Amino acid sequence: MSISRRKFLGWMGAAGLGVTAGTKARAASNAHFEGYPNSLAVLHDTTRCVGCRRCEAGCNKVNDLPAPATPFDDLTVLDRKRRTDAESYTIVNRYGAGGEGQAPLFRKNQCNHCLEPACASACFVAAFHKTPEGAVVYDASVCVGCRYCMIACPFEIPTYEYDKALAPRVMKCTMCHPRVLEGKLPGCVEACPVEALSFGSREEMLKIARERIRKQPERYVDHIYGENEMGGTSWLYLAGVPFRELGMREDLGVTPAPKLTSGALGAVPIVVGLWPVLLTGIYAVSKRKDKIAEEEKRQAVAQAVEAADQKAAEAMAKAREKAEKEKTGAIDKAVKEALAEAERKAQEEAAKAAAEAAAPTDDTAEGPEGTTPPAPSDPKPTEEDA
Amino acid sequence: MSASRTAVSRSLLTPFNIVAGLILAVGLVITVMRFTGGLGAVTNLSDYNPWGLWIGFDLLVGVALAAGGYVTSAACYIFGLKRFHSAVRPAILTGFLGYALVVFALHYDVGRPWRLPYPFIVQPGTTSLLFEVGACVALYLTVLFIEYSSAPLEWLGFRKARNLVVRLTMVLTILGVVLSTLHQSSLGALYLIAPSKLHPLWYSSYLPIYFFVSSIIAGLSMVIFESSLAHRYFHDKMDETHRRETDGVALGFGKAASLVLFGYLLIKVIGLAVDNNWHYLTTGWGAWYLVEVLGFVALPCYLYAVGVREKNLTIIRRTSGLAVLGIVLNRLNISLVAFNYHLPSSERYFPHWMEIAISVFVVTVGILAYRFIVTHMPILYEHPEYKDAH
Repeated sequence: MSISRRKFLGWMGAAGLGVTAGTKARAASNAHFEGYPNSLAVLHDTTRCVGCRRCEAGCNKVNDLPAPATPFDDLTVLDRKRRTDAESYTIVNRYGAGGEGQAPLFRKNQCNHCLEPACASACFVAAFHKTPEGAVVYDASVCVGCRYCMIACPFEIPTYEYDKALAPRVMKCTMCHPRVLEGKLPGCVEACPVEALSFGSREEMLKIARERIRKQPERYVDHIYGENEMGGTSWLYLAGVPFRELGMREDLGVTPAPKLTSGALGAVPIVVGLWPVLLTGIYAVSKRKDKIAEEEKRQAVAQAVEAADQKAAEAMAKAREKAEKEKTGAIDKAVKEALAEAERKAQEEAAKAAAEAAAPTDDTAEGPEGTTPPAPSDPKPTEEDA
Repeated sequence: MSASRTAVSRSLLTPFNIVAGLILAVGLVITVMRFTGGLGAVTNLSDYNPWGLWIGFDLLVGVALAAGGYVTSAACYIFGLKRFHSAVRPAILTGFLGYALVVFALHYDVGRPWRLPYPFIVQPGTTSLLFEVGACVALYLTVLFIEYSSAPLEWLGFRKARNLVVRLTMVLTILGVVLSTLHQSSLGALYLIAPSKLHPLWYSSYLPIYFFVSSIIAGLSMVIFESSLAHRYFHDKMDETHRRETDGVALGFGKAASLVLFGYLLIKVIGLAVDNNWHYLTTGWGAWYLVEVLGFVALPCYLYAVGVREKNLTIIRRTSGLAVLGIVLNRLNISLVAFNYHLPSSERYFPHWMEIAISVFVVTVGILAYRFIVTHMPILYEHPEYKDAH
């Protein structure tokens, strides 16, 4: 690894920018969206609904959907609970028909066209969008088919063409957006024979709903479903029984779907901004630690080597001194020994000479007295010996 | 190289190859069915259950288990734990293969796979967490490919390109950690948008944090688990350094995994407390939740700690398997088991056998690719010409 610090920091900057560019998080936004002004809505008064399925037929017709397996005037399909599917944008279900003499309840189900739609917030190609008119519309030409919209939708509305191999689409109610733009009514609203469906501006529909509750409090539960659910929807409901008895969830809360994920999206810039700095710091610290450790190691080694050298030198000097001492000692000893030897030899010689000198006097008794043998203390002969 | 040649000359009809061949054949048939008959022909997906096994296992589990790449390279290069160096290449390889397979498997799941680049080239939906996931996975796959490419470049002998890649190590590692943090966490954050569909015991505003922290556990455990498998089957491919360092890697990673598991357990408990979900623990869902948290988080945490304290590699290796299973369980719980908990059982999802077959097919492709690469390229050993250079 050999990267200069300047180069490294440059890369980090580029990487950080690369990751941030193109990501947009609305986490920090404090804006509260209350829907487009004058956007349109449908009010579904379930107390008026008779379960005739004309709305289903009307929807099928204006949207050119395939003909159903059982015709729309066959009401036996109401015996089981149905849901929207790829061939029907809307269905009517019957609820609570068990009571004695109690009139059955009906509810029409379709896309609720949220003010801040979960599907649009979840789509990673932005295939959905909320139109100012109120409809949430879908663009199949960009759809990848990940089906995250179906996961996200709290009302379980979007459906998928699972049987199409090449060009499957997400299918859901469009609130008849093209018709509305032409000034016409949505297909279902137009087809309803009992005015269980009303169409107009959302403000207007809310006013009508409140008015009905005020005028006939015994007929209605005091709640307009869709006014605040999931941040509000463009499809509003009135009911005579608690909404859960019509198969509607009352635990969805009033938080719009985008708010549920904005916190997580808001973490993106934090991670992108913080991690590289932090990790580079940790890298630098660990690098520095390594360097210091390396330096200390080198110093320690150098010190050890020096100490060892010194010790060795000392030992060497001592050894040399000892050897020197031993050598001189040996020489002295040798000299001493040699001297002692020489002395001993000289004495021996002197003794020998003395003995020799004595023997001829014994043989020749009258030898000249004057020829005396050398004295034993005379050093001359020893010199010759040495 | 000589080892692989003898393997080829032996016989290709080993039991492993026969089974793998069968799986591939079945997978190819189902692939044809999928792309001619649509998703409905081979899956049990429905309008209520748009995401099945291919998202729950292939995407969520796949990405989590491929976390070894960023965890190991961060430990080695950023935190300076050089003694884990021999574990980096195998981990990067598994990470790269893992992500490549995730993207491969996604082609089966999405309706029009040829449009997968649309979010980046046609119309970005930046408010979507899936966009974040997609962008980060795409970028990280590229990062992993570059990091991994030093091995094939050494194999092919492209010295200059290889040296360039090695010089990028540091920046790639940091980029890898940033991208992994983002997409590992946002995989969990995908479910934040559906509080009404995911059981409260699994739904938490901490989901992104849970997913990120548990990905570290998955990464650490997978490195240990995979290395014990590699030792069994590719021992002859390992060099002296790799064999010597392996035990140290298992001990070090086991210790780290134990600590992270403990932290994970703590934030799980905090999550329970924050949402005040204690009362659910006495229900059937609570029992299942406790199985996950006690049996697959607390237990491996304890076992790792025991294994490390006693330097018992057998315990550590077995615990890594348990921890990996725990990650699989957690991801499947969130995506399949506890998702749509409110629906009647007739509307619930259970994978079609062909979905399972495709998941097995994808894993098999991964194992075969891994086998090919470690028998041909310098993964478990250092290339003799590039000693100490990376």
